[in-house]
Amino acid sequence: MLNASLKELSAALGSRKISSVELCKLFLDRIARLNDDLNAFITVDAEKSLGQAAQADTRIARGDAAPLTGIPVGHKDIFCTKGWLTSCGSKMLDQFVSPYDAHVIEQFNKAGAVILGKTNMDEFAMGSSNETSFYGPVKNPWNRAFVPGGSSGGSACAVAARMAPAATGTDTGGSIRLPAALSGITGLKPTYGRVSRYGMIAFASSLDQGGAMGKNAEDVALLMNVMAGFDQRDSTSLERAVGDYARELDQPWDDGSADQPLKGLRIGIYKGHFGAGLSPDVARAIEAALVDLEKLGARRVDVELPSLDLSVPAYYVIAPAAASSNLSRFDGVRYGYRAPEYRDLLDMYCKTRAQGFGAEVKRRILIGTYVLSHGYYDAYYLKAQRIRRLIAQDFAEAFRQCDLIMGPTSPTVAFPLGAKASDPVQMYLNDIYTIPANLAGLPAMSIPCGFGQNDLPVGLHVVGDYFSEARMLKVAHHYQRATVWHRRAPPGI
Amino acid sequence: MAPARPSGNLSMEWEIVIGLEVHAQLSTASKIFSGASTQFGAAPNAQACAVDIALPGVLPVFNKGALERAIRFGLAVNGNSADNINRRSIFARKNYFYPDLPKGYQISQYEQPIVLGGTISIVLEGGEKSIRLTRAHLEEDAGKSLHQDFHGMSGIDLNRAGTPLLEIVSEPDMRSAEEAVAYARALHSLVRWIDICDGNMQEGSFRCDANVSVRPRGSDNLGTRREIKNLNSFRSCSRRSNTKPDGRSRRFKTAGPSRRLPCCSTRTPAKPAPCARRRMRTITVISPTRICCPWSFPKKWSRKSGGPCRNCRSSEGSVT
Repeated sequence: MLNASLKELSAALGSRKISSVELCKLFLDRIARLNDDLNAFITVDAEKSLGQAAQADTRIARGDAAPLTGIPVGHKDIFCTKGWLTSCGSKMLDQFVSPYDAHVIEQFNKAGAVILGKTNMDEFAMGSSNETSFYGPVKNPWNRAFVPGGSSGGSACAVAARMAPAATGTDTGGSIRLPAALSGITGLKPTYGRVSRYGMIAFASSLDQGGAMGKNAEDVALLMNVMAGFDQRDSTSLERAVGDYARELDQPWDDGSADQPLKGLRIGIYKGHFGAGLSPDVARAIEAALVDLEKLGARRVDVELPSLDLSVPAYYVIAPAAASSNLSRFDGVRYGYRAPEYRDLLDMYCKTRAQGFGAEVKRRILIGTYVLSHGYYDAYYLKAQRIRRLIAQDFAEAFRQCDLIMGPTSPTVAFPLGAKASDPVQMYLNDIYTIPANLAGLPAMSIPCGFGQNDLPVGLHVVGDYFSEARMLKVAHHYQRATVWHRRAPPGI
Repeated sequence: MAPARPSGNLSMEWEIVIGLEVHAQLSTASKIFSGASTQFGAAPNAQACAVDIALPGVLPVFNKGALERAIRFGLAVNGNSADNINRRSIFARKNYFYPDLPKGYQISQYEQPIVLGGTISIVLEGGEKSIRLTRAHLEEDAGKSLHQDFHGMSGIDLNRAGTPLLEIVSEPDMRSAEEAVAYARALHSLVRWIDICDGNMQEGSFRCDANVSVRPRGSDNLGTRREIKNLNSFRSCSRRSNTKPDGRSRRFKTAGPSRRLPCCSTRTPAKPAPCARRRMRTITVISPTRICCPWSFPKKWSRKSGGPCRNCRSSEGSVT
């Protein structure tokens, strides 16, 4: 059951091989056993989860089960969840029990899925290694001395360590794809606007996007069927019909056949993704994956993305700028942490925010306030916005010549805990391949494609054109039918 | 340049220059970015929803009724022509910390306000005068800080937070307190006539701030302005505008142009410390926001519109 796909779990629940309550207990037991060590979950509430599971069992018995009814799912602690602690990985919200549900949580509740717990994350999703969490770092289940990737590190770890069948995440600069790659699972960040941001605690509003993390592409498709869709409470939510992401997974690509299902697929290769900075072990695994895809019928075409080199600097202007404004609501006045002692109002603000935020969050608030301040706005913020448009144009041009762009998700496999903690710039460079998709608002995913140094997983990064999630998942599914990387579980798990 | 030392009657050589900023609460049933009621007089915080109290994760959704009222105003001050209305108008965040500002920023408009230009005619003893409008932009009202009955602490009432405001900014076209009052009265009549604001000054639905400066008569330069905040009646508008020029011109002639200085109307009941507020605002950072997609409005809303207006970048479409 622990290794079963969502489809298999759904079938087992439907045929009464197992009840939702039993399934939930199975995973709650695993969490109880592994979480002290891995730290993937911030909050687990067995009573609430089992209550939901019992309701799901009733629904299944009634015969009106949806595909995910009765299946426990871990949710990143960035999604406001009614009656649950929603901390966003921060001391600032250490006591914050949300009075309302995020749209994503509502959707899972409607589908009859069970909330298994709230997963650990970098504080306010700011980090690439899940080491900035107020609740301590998450560990990589493949080797506990290494980071799982961030910021959705708790979700990635939970899925990889089989503590949850599937999980949700959010991605502002790579926060779904990077931990998916470093922890050896499949993760998708959809097109900006595809999943409602309502109830998802804002980091950088124009980049934030919720998405799905699972053991394979099919699971991710089933999660997306629940999460995606229009929500009028998010003005950037797209009023565009959502298809069934799972329906055409088995269908071949346009010109495909049974033995060459991906015939006709043009994979865009950008040389810059394979240059200096890319670790040889990762390069080898990516090359092998591309050869496998060619065997399935795909062919490579070279594409140019001339502005891509500017992604990281542009991102580290735009994202902190948005964060500095978005995080100003955490002021100790209405909810959340407030400093125990202060002289006056200004002192209360200063002490509350000095004590409530961690170092990385403060660093980004400072950068953001600086780049937005009078006299610097044009030089930094407006320039970064122009770069952002150039990057989107680069991709638009590239997608005239290819269907998907592929490369590594991360320049290296997972690094040891603490290795980059004192060097923010090195840490920021982890996101060098993932950031452009956020800047352009494009869908992107990471698929397990082999192992590198220290037997740690490597992720293949796939970027598609707007709304091409179903086609991306189809390619990933065919790749996974032909390979075994996504089936491997961490040793001892 | 040091001004010439005045002699004799001050008013012979110095002229008063007044511009008015009026905040008109728009008469929508719900708030500008949330579904909570805008009704005046409810129990504290009874009309503050999750968006108004800025819970983590909530998002603003723009009230189309506020947009329609702003456009109605734009048409009314421009001879029913829509060429003063920006087809593409954007919101920005004005960031400052204050307890009655739940998000830590006010959603307002900075570049590309909804209305750019227009005129208001005022009638004076000597005849009619036209006062030019700089702009009118949409923004959200703040909550209220209550400093009485809390035993040394302050209470926060967020019922007003998020009430839609149209901030109407005039050019410094007025030359006396009488003109300022005539302008405020004309504007007051207009917003009630076109039914976008109930005009109730006691409840704060129509609030005036005056920017007053003095300069040697005949000069084209504007002096450093003094802001007089929260004029909540036409009488205070006249009284406060009148009392300033003497003091100002005295300082002007002795010390030269002074710093821009806010000045609080002492007769304002609800806001005991607006000067302190202003200090907080000096660290204001304007940040752009994509909370609402840029919108454009259908052609049928304007009768004389012919082609895109100034500052217009997008073609016409539907309100989003």
